[in-house]
Amino acid sequence: MEPMNKVHKRWIFWSLILSFFIYSFVVYTSGTEFPKNSKQFTSEAKLGKDTFQKYNCISCHQIFGLGGYMGPDLTNVISDEHRGENYAKAFLLTGTERMPNFQMSDTELGAIIAYLKYIGNTVEYPVKNSTTTWYGTIETKSDE
Amino acid sequence: MSRTKDTSFIFILAGMIALVLGLIFGSIGAFQMIIPNFLPEIPFFKARPLHVSLVVAWIFLIAIGGIYHYVPKYLGLKWHSNKLIKIHLWIFFGTGILIILSYLNGKFGGREYWEFPPIFAIPILFSWLLFAYNFYKTIFRKKQSWPVYIWMWASGIAFFFITFLEANSWIFDYISGNIVREITIQWKAYGALVGSWNLLVYGTAIFIMERIGKNTKLALSKTAFLLYFLGLTNLIFGWAHHTYVVPSASWIRYVAYGVSMSELLILGKIIWDWKKSISTAQKHFHLLPYRFLFASDIWVFLNLILALLMSIPGINILSHGTHITVAHAMGSTIGINSMILLSSVFYILKGDHNQSRYLRFSKSVHSGFWLLNISLAFFWLSLLMAGVGKAMSSSSMNFQEMMLKIEPYLTGFAYSGIGILIGLLLILIPAIISLRYRYQDERISL
Ligand code: HEC
Ligand code: HEM
Repeated sequence: MEPMNKVHKRWIFWSLILSFFIYSFVVYTSGTEFPKNSKQFTSEAKLGKDTFQKYNCISCHQIFGLGGYMGPDLTNVISDEHRGENYAKAFLLTGTERMPNFQMSDTELGAIIAYLKYIGNTVEYPVKNSTTTWYGTIETKSDE
Repeated sequence: MSRTKDTSFIFILAGMIALVLGLIFGSIGAFQMIIPNFLPEIPFFKARPLHVSLVVAWIFLIAIGGIYHYVPKYLGLKWHSNKLIKIHLWIFFGTGILIILSYLNGKFGGREYWEFPPIFAIPILFSWLLFAYNFYKTIFRKKQSWPVYIWMWASGIAFFFITFLEANSWIFDYISGNIVREITIQWKAYGALVGSWNLLVYGTAIFIMERIGKNTKLALSKTAFLLYFLGLTNLIFGWAHHTYVVPSASWIRYVAYGVSMSELLILGKIIWDWKKSISTAQKHFHLLPYRFLFASDIWVFLNLILALLMSIPGINILSHGTHITVAHAMGSTIGINSMILLSSVFYILKGDHNQSRYLRFSKSVHSGFWLLNISLAFFWLSLLMAGVGKAMSSSSMNFQEMMLKIEPYLTGFAYSGIGILIGLLLILIPAIISLRYRYQDERISL
């Protein structure tokens, strides 16, 4: 078995480390710019985010499909025509057999709704109307 | 020369206890999926973080404990400071207890995976810095060429630090004021975080294989390093397969897709080496450390196929947000990481001695091995089936109807989880008892 050349090793390693930092910088800036979004993160939505984290909603729910799987995805719960604000409020006010009633204050309730509304405005998830290319990627309406 | 007890054994013991507790909370969570009011004292939003944090603690404690043990014993390098090891242990341990208490009291940070209040990130980072400092101070004294596992440990330690900082970056408005950026960075950090513990764990696997096979050339070879660099490339660029659905720039997705597919090379190598692996297996199968490594190889093969499929955007659009993701997560953390870590536990127990010298109740361990692997196969398949069921549900079906449809699979998942729990108890209880005898005999020089 041939050992690997010491100089090659160092070159590859440090190039990878350098590309990590460059790639991170680009992802942090231009890769994740979403101008439509920044203005909607009001102070109420921010409080809603804190409340969402305080009650650990993510342990049972997903946002963009990421989270625990006890309950449904909440990305579009407000923007979805079949669900919406009052529907979501009803769950939060009463709880269900599986979802606890957190007895939250009106301020917290309003804030969580504002936060979910803010998330729902970014994207449609689960994605409907998409086509798969022969090489496996997805094309959606929003890419056009 | 004065001699002292080896602190690494306490890490190993703590790791095994964390796993037992983690499994109990995991099982509670699984039964809550199928029985709504199961154990209301520990509701799912507490059971899940308790489970995930404790099993992640098992992974870290055993990986770190192994490094603390192996470096002075087999690489001929005395630790720069044994006191720092003790401080690391107690900070890590103390923080762990506080995190468990905060979960039980319903105090959360509410982020996926690290669900504890962010304040606890500070002592974790601090203790990690001590570990890193001690490790680099020690390892840079080694003048000869480093085998690949030292590279893996060295880079795994550095990347954990970076990605843990990244995972907590949401406290700044620049990140959390933009949900697209927040979610993208969160999964960038988590992808690399799993990548960093994989470096620690796979490094350990290569180290043990080197010891068992008595072949030091393997860990210096070109192939070993190319595979290591491939892993590092995936850690840096591959994470965005978690966030295909998030509307970030599309090149992020293309980079992730392309890079993820490079893992096909690993799959190819496994198939290529198949015959050789079988003949090595026949030679060493009686050794427990080897046997667990062999099991991990099979799980690598299965989980790699699944991971490659899930990284194709056209498939990911269906599998994302279903239990297929859970199958992938637990299939890999149990099948790959935990098998390797069990191998490490039994290698530490064995030392340079005959396997039977310290090992008590070896029959129980052997039965546990089979029960664990067979139950894991059912566990993994049940989660895959539940995921397929969810992915195939028509969009007109509401959430409750969908859950009802996949309930048989979730039931299979919960019961096979009990099989995993019992299998692991059959392995861990003898290991814990045996570790005591081993600990009493082991001294390291200061
Ligand atoms: C213990 C798990 C659990 C926790 C914690 C939890 N939920 Fe739920 N939630 C559920 C389940 C399960 C459902 C589906 C209804 C059912 O089956 O009972 C649900 C339904 C909902 C719905 C209706 C969604 C739909 O599409 O039907 C909303 C909105 C919601 N939850 C919001 C929240 C918020 C906000 C939090 C945090 C404050 C939260 N939930 C915490 C389990 C949970
Ligand atoms: C070594 C053993 C185990 C490890 C390392 C492990 C690891 C993990 C990880 C990383 C997750 C997060 C997965 C995700 O969100 O995608 C998870 C979730 C979970 N695990 Fe485990 N696990 C183990 C054993 C078990 C067992 C035996 C059970 C019992 C059935 C179990 C039940 C669960 C449940 C219910 C979840 C939550 C899934 C959800 O959110 O829907 N785990 N586990």
